[in-house]
Amino acid sequence: MTSGGIRRSFTAAATLALASFGSVVHAAPGPWQLNMERGASTWSQVPYHLNNISLAVCTVIGILVFGAMFIAMFRFRKSRGAVAEKWSHNTMVEVIWTTIPVIILVVLAYLATGGLTSWADTTGSQMTVKVTGYQWKWRYDYVEYQGKPIDKVGFMSKLDTQSDQTRQLASGMDPYAVKVGDENTYLLNVDKPLVVPVDTKIRFVITSGDVIHSWWVPATGWKLDAIPGIINAAWANFQTPGTYRGQCAELCGQDHGFMPIVVVVKSKADFATWLAEQQAQSAAPAAAPAPAAASSTAAPQTSQVAPAADAAKQG
Amino acid sequence: MSYAATHDQHDDHHGAPKGFFQRWCMSTNHKDIGTLYLVFALVMFFIGGSFAMLIRAELFKPGLQLMQPYFFNQLTTMHALVMIFGAIMPAFVGLGNWMIPLMVGAPDMALPRMNNLSFWILPFAFTLLLSTLFMAGGGPAGGWTMYPPLSLQSDSLAYVVFAVHLMGISSIMGAINIIATILNMRAPGMELLKMPVFVWSWLITAFLLIAVMPVLAGAVTMLLTDKYFGTNFFNPGGGGDPVLYQHIFWFFGHPEVYIMILPAFGIISEIVPTFARKPIFGYKAMVFAIASIAFLSFIVWAHHMFAVGLPLGAEIFFMYATMLIAVPTGVKVFNWVATMWGSSMTFETPMLFAVGFIILFTIGGFSGLMLALVPADFQYHDTYFVVAHFHYVLVTGALFAIIAATYYWLPKWTGNMYSEFWAKMHFWNSVIWVNVLFFPQHFLGLAGMPRRIPDYNVAFANFNMISSIGGFLFGATQLIFIGVLIHCAFFSKKKATDRVWEGAKGLEWTVPSPAPHHTFDVPPVIHDDELAHGHVND
Repeated sequence: MTSGGIRRSFTAAATLALASFGSVVHAAPGPWQLNMERGASTWSQVPYHLNNISLAVCTVIGILVFGAMFIAMFRFRKSRGAVAEKWSHNTMVEVIWTTIPVIILVVLAYLATGGLTSWADTTGSQMTVKVTGYQWKWRYDYVEYQGKPIDKVGFMSKLDTQSDQTRQLASGMDPYAVKVGDENTYLLNVDKPLVVPVDTKIRFVITSGDVIHSWWVPATGWKLDAIPGIINAAWANFQTPGTYRGQCAELCGQDHGFMPIVVVVKSKADFATWLAEQQAQSAAPAAAPAPAAASSTAAPQTSQVAPAADAAKQG
Repeated sequence: MSYAATHDQHDDHHGAPKGFFQRWCMSTNHKDIGTLYLVFALVMFFIGGSFAMLIRAELFKPGLQLMQPYFFNQLTTMHALVMIFGAIMPAFVGLGNWMIPLMVGAPDMALPRMNNLSFWILPFAFTLLLSTLFMAGGGPAGGWTMYPPLSLQSDSLAYVVFAVHLMGISSIMGAINIIATILNMRAPGMELLKMPVFVWSWLITAFLLIAVMPVLAGAVTMLLTDKYFGTNFFNPGGGGDPVLYQHIFWFFGHPEVYIMILPAFGIISEIVPTFARKPIFGYKAMVFAIASIAFLSFIVWAHHMFAVGLPLGAEIFFMYATMLIAVPTGVKVFNWVATMWGSSMTFETPMLFAVGFIILFTIGGFSGLMLALVPADFQYHDTYFVVAHFHYVLVTGALFAIIAATYYWLPKWTGNMYSEFWAKMHFWNSVIWVNVLFFPQHFLGLAGMPRRIPDYNVAFANFNMISSIGGFLFGATQLIFIGVLIHCAFFSKKKATDRVWEGAKGLEWTVPSPAPHHTFDVPPVIHDDELAHGHVND
């Protein structure tokens, strides 16, 4: 597979691009944004480049086909005295314009297959986070980090209060006023974000407690459905500390548009400090964990999931 | 052709019934039933369109101004159901009803009473469906795909399921009728490989309908029993699998997509040769391309499900199969361009819509190819990029073809010419505003805006506003269409000739305009050089 080579060159390009942002990035959609974002994971370069390559291929084919068509429409007009010819068949050109698309498709398929294979490989991950979708919020449970199980660190993550008040029908509040620093975070901010370390291959195991949701942070380069009874898995390794925003991408009921995702990527040292704080909090008797957290830490990867369904869908 | 001789002997004692109820409700005449289908589709197009206007109004700017999110979800769901099952599909069945007997030299459809039934089911099906909007729990709000477990939360599920059953029964009966007509009622000498491409496209589409409508009926019935009879087909708590529904649904759903585009291919393959005054390029390749697209449509369903967590092998298989569809589709586009090459073209409104179709449908095809690449689809899936894609293939694809066909055959139906000026106004406004409406949605999707959300971050505000403006103007433009249709049917003073278009070939142009109530009581004699595609064996 070419994935290794493509990935290395993508990574180099990405590193250069990300360097220009400085050390901390705020990855969120921008006004007048025209193209897909590069993402912040090594793998996220794959969809970005496939998008650009396939768009370029389509543009060239489009120019050729539509160009020929416009030339025909200009030259072969009755008003310009054109007389219709009689032919309606030409085996040679038909063979040519069947073969050339096949060759282009084979090249695209080759690139896509390599990228897909590397996406599916969740082995060698250094951290596992369980993501559970609910109507209409996300739950994150920290399962394991650097080979050590994590006990009782898990929380719900839902739309922040300011966005939630602003988004009510006829609230009279201005979506443009919902800001964190300079960044408008209307409908893209949560009360408690997922915090993960930088430069770490994180395995996300994704499921749902009610209906189907889809966990999508564009910076990872993928989305994956959160389905009740099934655990899906995918991985990401964020290359730069920062805040990465996303949204639920599968219609899940009335507040589908109001369950964003925020991932805060910290340096490994900061993350260790944060994790220790969380563990201390959950150990303290005053801050008793929610029942769902207790059950999920008891059986980290398979809680709330029928074992048969789990076996049927490998990660 | 020999029609003129038979015409005088036969049309006097077979006129249309005089009473309104007798003529329209009891009709067994393929032309009247075709008209009913087309009028019904037009009404549904405006109902579905009004839902779209409300959707674009709410999305005009960030913040919720007009409606609660749950009502928004009802609108997106109903917009899709009404447009797919109420507007596009009945419009194609109406065109098939009107034109297939005329194009193959048959006196009527093979099963005229079933034809009446298959139409008259539809108003009841849509009354049932639309009535849910006025009920306490509201209409269906889980998307037209009705994915469980979400769709099982809806109070109106039973109404939707029975409405879908009725639409399915109607479609299956319509499809059986079309197959029976094409296979048994062709005039002597109208061999299969001499049939117009439109007839071929409908023959293949009818087989798709018969194959997949029962699959949809099965899937929605399983939803019904899951909700009301305690079964657990899709309920993980009882050992069921929500993804199973998606496999069954899309096994219906992907052929369904081609059910909505193959007859459009047929229409374009009739119109382009007429206005190019040159036979269609590669007739056999065109027929074969339609057949291979139809075959491939059965083995690509999971490309709607790349993000559900399929095994790697399945993702690769469905990616390759999907990409393969680009080959026969490309052949069709190249053949249309080759038909234009070396021709003698004029650009009356049907041709304008056909040219618009070829360019804009191809753009929809390009985004379809991009969506087929699984890693890229992980980003595109369930965003506005997908919304842009399927509106390019369904609005500027299927709908433009239906409008092109309407202008093309309207003089034959009514006996009058429509207003070319206002029809061209309709075209130019449609083609401009539809692009203002849907092209920016590509950008929204690439920037990360999910579909089916009633409100969005301010970063998406600019393109949403542009898209909404395009939407309102595209919607308003369709009022011109109504005006042109009414004027042509009831007020136009300009009589159509039998041939209507200088370059028109095929049996339908040998009967008088308007087409008499009964045609081809005696089979016509077929001359190869009178057929649109010329001599096939050259």
